[in-house]
Amino acid sequence: MNELNPSGWRPAMGAASGAGQIETFTGNRALQLEEALLFEIGASDRSGVDFDDVPNFDLSALGPNARKVAPNLPGLSEPETVRHYTRLSRQNYAIDLGVFPLGSCTMKHNPRLDEKVARMPGFADVHPLQPVQTVQGALSAINELAVWLIKLTGMHGVAMTPKAGAHGELCGLLCIRAALEAKGDPREVILVPESAHGTNPATAAFAGYRVESIPATADGRVDVAALTARLGPDVAGVMITNPNTCGLFERDLKVIADAVHAVGGYVYCDGANFNAIVGRVRPGDLGVDAMHINLHKTFSTPHGGGGPGSGPVVLSEALSPFGPLPFTARQADGSMKLIEEEDAHLEHPQAFGRMCAFHGQMGMFTRALAYILSHGADGLRQVSGDAVLNANYVLRSLDDVLEAPFGAAGHCMHEALFSDDGFADGFSTLDLAKGLIDEGYHPMTVYFPLVVHGAMLVEPTETESKAGLDQFIGAMRSLGARAKAGDELLKSAPHLAPRRRLDETLAARKPKLVYKDA
Amino acid sequence: MLSVIGAGSIDELFADVPEHARLTAPIAGLPNHASEMTVERHMARLSADNMTAGSVPFFLGAGAYRHHIPATVDHMIQRGEFLTAYTPYQPEIAQGTLQVLFEFQTQVARLFGTDIANASLYDGSTACWEAIAMAARITRRNKAVVSGGLHPHYVETARTMAKFTGDVLDTNAPDLVADPDDAALIAKIDGETSCVVVQYPDVLGRIPDLAVIAAAAQAKGALLIAVVTEPVALGLLESPGSLGADIVVGEGQSIGVGLQFGGPYLGLFGCREKFVRQIPGRLCGETVDADGKRGFVLTLSTREQHIRREKATSNICTNSGLCALAFSVHMTLLGGAGLTNMAKLSHLRARQAAAQLAKVPGVTVVNRHYFNEFAVALPKDARQVVRDLADRHVLGGVSLGRLYPHVDALTGGLLIATTECTSEDDITALATALAEVLA
Amino acid sequence: MTRYFTKDHEWIAVEGSEATVGITTYAQSQLGDITFVEVPALDATVSKGDSASVVDSVKAASDVYAPVSGTVTVVNGALEEQPELVNSDAEGEGWLWKMTLSDPAELSSLMDEAAYQAFVAGL
Repeated sequence: MNELNPSGWRPAMGAASGAGQIETFTGNRALQLEEALLFEIGASDRSGVDFDDVPNFDLSALGPNARKVAPNLPGLSEPETVRHYTRLSRQNYAIDLGVFPLGSCTMKHNPRLDEKVARMPGFADVHPLQPVQTVQGALSAINELAVWLIKLTGMHGVAMTPKAGAHGELCGLLCIRAALEAKGDPREVILVPESAHGTNPATAAFAGYRVESIPATADGRVDVAALTARLGPDVAGVMITNPNTCGLFERDLKVIADAVHAVGGYVYCDGANFNAIVGRVRPGDLGVDAMHINLHKTFSTPHGGGGPGSGPVVLSEALSPFGPLPFTARQADGSMKLIEEEDAHLEHPQAFGRMCAFHGQMGMFTRALAYILSHGADGLRQVSGDAVLNANYVLRSLDDVLEAPFGAAGHCMHEALFSDDGFADGFSTLDLAKGLIDEGYHPMTVYFPLVVHGAMLVEPTETESKAGLDQFIGAMRSLGARAKAGDELLKSAPHLAPRRRLDETLAARKPKLVYKDA
Repeated sequence: MLSVIGAGSIDELFADVPEHARLTAPIAGLPNHASEMTVERHMARLSADNMTAGSVPFFLGAGAYRHHIPATVDHMIQRGEFLTAYTPYQPEIAQGTLQVLFEFQTQVARLFGTDIANASLYDGSTACWEAIAMAARITRRNKAVVSGGLHPHYVETARTMAKFTGDVLDTNAPDLVADPDDAALIAKIDGETSCVVVQYPDVLGRIPDLAVIAAAAQAKGALLIAVVTEPVALGLLESPGSLGADIVVGEGQSIGVGLQFGGPYLGLFGCREKFVRQIPGRLCGETVDADGKRGFVLTLSTREQHIRREKATSNICTNSGLCALAFSVHMTLLGGAGLTNMAKLSHLRARQAAAQLAKVPGVTVVNRHYFNEFAVALPKDARQVVRDLADRHVLGGVSLGRLYPHVDALTGGLLIATTECTSEDDITALATALAEVLA
Repeated sequence: MTRYFTKDHEWIAVEGSEATVGITTYAQSQLGDITFVEVPALDATVSKGDSASVVDSVKAASDVYAPVSGTVTVVNGALEEQPELVNSDAEGEGWLWKMTLSDPAELSSLMDEAAYQAFVAGL
């Protein structure tokens, strides 16, 4: 078999809670309210929406596939709906409630001005196929954001349409492939460091490349010697995350880029951690050819419980001609133009194609633009500085109780990495993480990156104050001590959340993905 | 804090950045920070420089529809516990998001008539490509027969992806005629075909005979992928799953999400249960906790990139969570009866629009059957007609020339879409303006 | 019947020209609860070292390599409903597939039980 579970992640349930809790008739516990499934409380003929009266009329224009029975979709009245979702919302942890130190995910405050801006009718209530003369403001907003992204990264162009980070990675790799094919030199291999996020190899494989893994050095960075030794005429490019998934800056990226360029390859930079360096380094100055920017990370568009994201890709001069359709261009008179399939053969003949219908994640563009304008060039530089300050403060406040595998290698960037080394026998990263839940925090990222056993990746972001961090550090110190001492209660944590540990094995062995009427 | 760290300044923390690339001051040529009211004023000015759909008679569709969204929907999705939560990887403190996803999957499966559904993908166009890729994995064949009625942006997206994966797409532009040519589509299916991709209703608003196409595909060992870009149609039309589709994908935007100039939207994905381990994207499943209480988790994640890496079913990482919530809240407010009413009003307005436009000199209504969108043939380039209508403050539909710029036979085609938001006065305004423009 | 082991934690029990393949008790203990087993196709021809099967646990998916070359003759159908057999009896009822050997000489590169136990003890 290949690598046996390298991260060491083996979920365990822990014991059921003991007796002694006060039982209630409803199952509710004061403000902690249980909520039934919609399908158990709703009815297909109940509705919370008023429509004008629908007259009877001839339905023959629907043809032979007209529905005979209304769909079996239960409805609720408006007050029932509000309660259903409000009760459910209260079973979620969120940035609005407290520290959310998920490494690599960048959970920072979502400014509410951005929400207001995204709902302005000129952005929210315009159709993507309206005549260009009627959407000049919307196109202009996209273009303003594009210009910011280009200048902040020191790159030449940007593809705005990718719908999330992984989609942006794909866009970047397709640009590389199109550029190589245009030279008649398709190549077959993409080099990916072993610490990379799983999307990198998945994307490279999807783009038709064979993925080869590059080892890390003892200080948690790409092994430059191993990488350059592997370079050759079959290597299309490398994908490097900078700062990397261990929270460290890849000092030698420029050296790597020069070596890759020397053999005719391209450098893809995973920009997932751009928030750590925005305003302090421009990837274009490090030889990067393509980099996606997760607007939901660096520019704080809301994560929304798992999307929508947005992943524009900045491109070097070499790759810009191959970017996908459609895109915006500002004309000499200041008006906006949209380059689509109609004009592409004239204005952008080497475009590799189209990533999706329409113009990308407009609702995320307006939020990100409002965030960027609010912070400005000076504020964005402070954002990365404060994020890195907070992460280093966490690292040095915990590295005496938790093992920090790269702690001796110097300062970290925006996130601090710890391992489960030193925990009592049978105690795991998962136990510490679940203990954090009882303390009122969301756990850090666990078991990632894979290169560290029992990894714990803590990203405090610039959102947290020193007082907030000190309390979090106190909780972490207490939990670290309990994991080392072998406190059995930790193995069955959380004890105080809406649910105890959930049986993921049962869910995967006997998948129940939809509700079925009894 | 710096003394705990052992650094003299924040700048010192960036010592690993090579000196030649380290910026010592804010990037020149970019403005510095601005106050909330300054930013709001700037963005409001950009917003004002657009003709909004709600301010004029509005008839655009072609994959994005302006339905009424009850106020409750936006209120619920702005609750911070939904808005500012992450992907529910820690299920003990994410049961809210997880139960919503479980309910969403069930709603989508019931609407589509499929056994199961996933927790959403980016949008309809990317979901369509994911379905084609999935069919290739299941059948171990790589030729997709694509109906001419599939939205051209969806075709372009799939064509782009197929170019890199080596899949073959057999496709053509549609003819501007009353019915889709199902027989010609069926004739293309052979023993190499992985799937047949059919939009329902199609891009011209026509309604293909899915049951016949499904039987023909399955007889050759191919899968039928049905693509629904206007899910409200399924309030009045039989679900694709009930007509035999193996995979049903769609754009969920028209329920709860809003136009938003094209995104973020909501990719819907349902299929037969036996394909469960080949599905792309996130899945939420029911289970129990350590005390035996019902709860929900993300499951079957070994299909996904974060575990499977280069062997994943897809490189997709996120879903469209908040849009899925908006869809689910809106669908809950509607219920089956409300959805049917919304669909009936949308269809009624289309009937009325078709009747009025047919009386405008030079206008021919193309479709025999339609739900809330139909094509008309005009005696001149519809791209110019649409621009001329906009000058008269009418957003009068999507020209086929915009969608198929290189197909001369479609230059005079115009797509007209209506919803329950369309008023009878809007229809009269369109007919009047169109008569002027064509005169 | 002779049982051999690989450094990648597969076992193979050989009887004449037929053999049974599975993953070791140690391997299942590292993976945790097995949730799904993708067995090879019947009659598939595999070469030594090919990925022939995939074993999923909740948080990991691991390729199972063919310990030797040959043709798959039987797959363990019970695993479809009960993947947990790999946990409860990895080296017995939790077998994955049976195969014929095309080159029995390949067995000489594998470990015997004692050598494998020593190998695992050293991990």
